[in-house]
Amino acid sequence: MNMLVCIKQVPDTTEIRIDPVKNTLIRDGVPSIVNPFDAYALETAARIKDKDPSAQIVLLSMGPEQAKNALKECLAVGGDKAYLVTDRAFGGSDTLATSYILTSAIKKLEETEGKFDIIFCGKQAIDGDTAQVGPEIAEHLGYPQVTYAVEASVEDGKVKVKKEVEEGFEIVGVKMPCVVTVTKPSFDPRYPSIKSKMAANRKEIASITSADITDIDRERIGLKGSPTKVKKTFTPPVKSGGVKIHEDSNAATAKKLFDTLVADSII
Amino acid sequence: MEAKTKDLWVLIETNDNGTAKNVGLELLGAGRGLADKQGGKLVGIVIGNNVDSAVKAATAYGADTVIVVEGKEYEHYTTDAYSKALYALVEKYGPTSILIGATNNGRDLGPRVSCRLKTGLTADCTSLAIDEESGNVAWTRPAFGGNLMATILCPDTRPQIGTVRPGVFKKTEPDEARTAEVIKEDFHVAPEEIRTELLELIREVADELVDLEGAEIIVSGGRGVGGPEGFKPIRELAEVLGATVGASRAAVDAGWIAHVHQVGQTGKTVGPKLYIACGISGAIQHVAGMSSSKTIIAINKDETAPIFNVADYAVVGDLFEILPILTAEIKKLKA
Ligand SMILES: Cc1cc2nc3c(=O)[nH]c(=O)nc-3n(C[C@H](O)[C@H](O)[C@H](O)COP(=O)(O)OP(=O)(O)OC[C@H]3O[C@@H](n4cnc5c(N)ncnc54)[C@H](O)[C@@H]3O)c2cc1C
Ligand SMILES: Nc1ncnc2c1ncn2[C@@H]1O[C@H](COP(=O)(O)O)[C@@H](O)[C@H]1O
Repeated sequence: MNMLVCIKQVPDTTEIRIDPVKNTLIRDGVPSIVNPFDAYALETAARIKDKDPSAQIVLLSMGPEQAKNALKECLAVGGDKAYLVTDRAFGGSDTLATSYILTSAIKKLEETEGKFDIIFCGKQAIDGDTAQVGPEIAEHLGYPQVTYAVEASVEDGKVKVKKEVEEGFEIVGVKMPCVVTVTKPSFDPRYPSIKSKMAANRKEIASITSADITDIDRERIGLKGSPTKVKKTFTPPVKSGGVKIHEDSNAATAKKLFDTLVADSII
Repeated sequence: MEAKTKDLWVLIETNDNGTAKNVGLELLGAGRGLADKQGGKLVGIVIGNNVDSAVKAATAYGADTVIVVEGKEYEHYTTDAYSKALYALVEKYGPTSILIGATNNGRDLGPRVSCRLKTGLTADCTSLAIDEESGNVAWTRPAFGGNLMATILCPDTRPQIGTVRPGVFKKTEPDEARTAEVIKEDFHVAPEEIRTELLELIREVADELVDLEGAEIIVSGGRGVGGPEGFKPIRELAEVLGATVGASRAAVDAGWIAHVHQVGQTGKTVGPKLYIACGISGAIQHVAGMSSSKTIIAINKDETAPIFNVADYAVVGDLFEILPILTAEIKKLKA
């Protein structure tokens, strides 16, 4: 069993604040973390490896040099090897270009690592929240996909996935090779041990640049290769004039709330 | 791909029984103004099995033309069958723009088809307009968990595609007397081309219909309700209001209520007229799923809870004391 997990390093969006004067995002000092959905994807792969110790888990990330920190963290909790796709020419890529670059890197990696049976991605990256890169990698490779997975196991040469749908869950069987995108499962990712952290720190993380992927189509990468263009960004209008209701007693608060809602024709 | 028409398409997602999901009908309302500005028709795309009622609904809610792909293989959504069908239709007709509901299935299908077409897709939009300068669709969407909004254009490739959050746009009044041109496309996908197999369907609460996306009012409980029995005052208020019960991830993870009730980044995205958050702190992942509600009431005993930043009515106090009184007063009012 040969698995690949796509890992994105993202700013911790729960730490992001809005500058009240300039009304812009304050990104300075915001810590970078492993995209939580990617941590779930890795844990899902690691659980498959728990049952089949001969399995290999390769990690792949695209981003600046510092994304190697995210990969190191992941090497300590289940990853066997890690690669970073990094090149200025890749900057400004939207999801279509990103998925094309990652796919090109995957094909390159397969020359040495062998074909991947399952490619795991997070459901979405919490900075862009698009949930597109996984299905787009599947499309570039011509593989089947299962999205919104909360569990995955390998049985009789097929991947069995428990998948979230609007009405509950589906159990879906899918042939390999395939792409599986993972949402929040009912379990937490495992913690590293001191030993696994030290071992991860010793591991070499190789960089893959555009020069390494000789057949990449330069028209399809970076800003130029991205069909979507950001016209503008802005912070959402804050709800002004929110009414605060806080009386001396809960009973009085409840009464005041009721009266206010009636007066405002909310109920 | 070049656009062959100025038409705007709306994917009318269907249920397994062939009826239309709400989100497609909402998008017909939103799409009308865009289609008129683009100078093309508003076209409903219905893929499913036994979809007569969905075709009727698409007509009543404003489609000029309905293109139908019907077959047993489309009864239950699969990535392979639906992406093949939608791709074939786009190749044949060449629309300028496509709106897809940002449901689990819509967000599974959208990237698959846009990638095959090598065109842009904007995910999970909450506002749509036509860019005055260029005539492109201006897709506006939240990013960074709702901390930032971005307006995105797809200027050079066609069709321009977006998935749009359910509940953001309201359905217009249906006009049962309307007629539309209905085109049936005989397009089939062979069983061996569908590479996923549905082994089991787990409906979480078979006896209870939880339609959060379609709900006009939602009363949600979080960790502050303290336990499964803490949902009792929530349900009682929901009942007098005719509301649906929602929940935070913390309440779901604790096993107090089924996952189908969960609102947020890993639950449902909702946009009711009224959202009442009880004992919910307002974590970014929760707010991402409910911030487009029209009116938000938050009840929390912690004055500094971040949920109050998005609330129209910030109610500071104990939900166990406030809810019963509120429920009783509303009961009296409605009697
Ligand atoms: C990748 C990821 C995805 C996630 N997806 C989701 C998601 O989809 N939806 C979601 O909701 N969360 C999600 N979360 C979890 C989220 O970060 C929060 O942990 C969660 O929303 C907290 O739920 P809560 O507000 O109910 O609990 P808490 O944060 O514990 O808040 C409980 C609140 O109740 C108040 N309270 C307590 N007792 C009372 C009382 N008697 N009366 C009034 N108020 C009271 C407290 O003051 C407190 O503010 C996700 C997290 C991650 C990492
Ligand atoms: N730059 C990247 N490097 C590695 N994986 C990525 C990158 N961008 C996206 N992904 C993967 O694709 C998933 C969905 O990302 P997105 O479409 O950006 O929401 C993420 O959870 C990752 O698994």
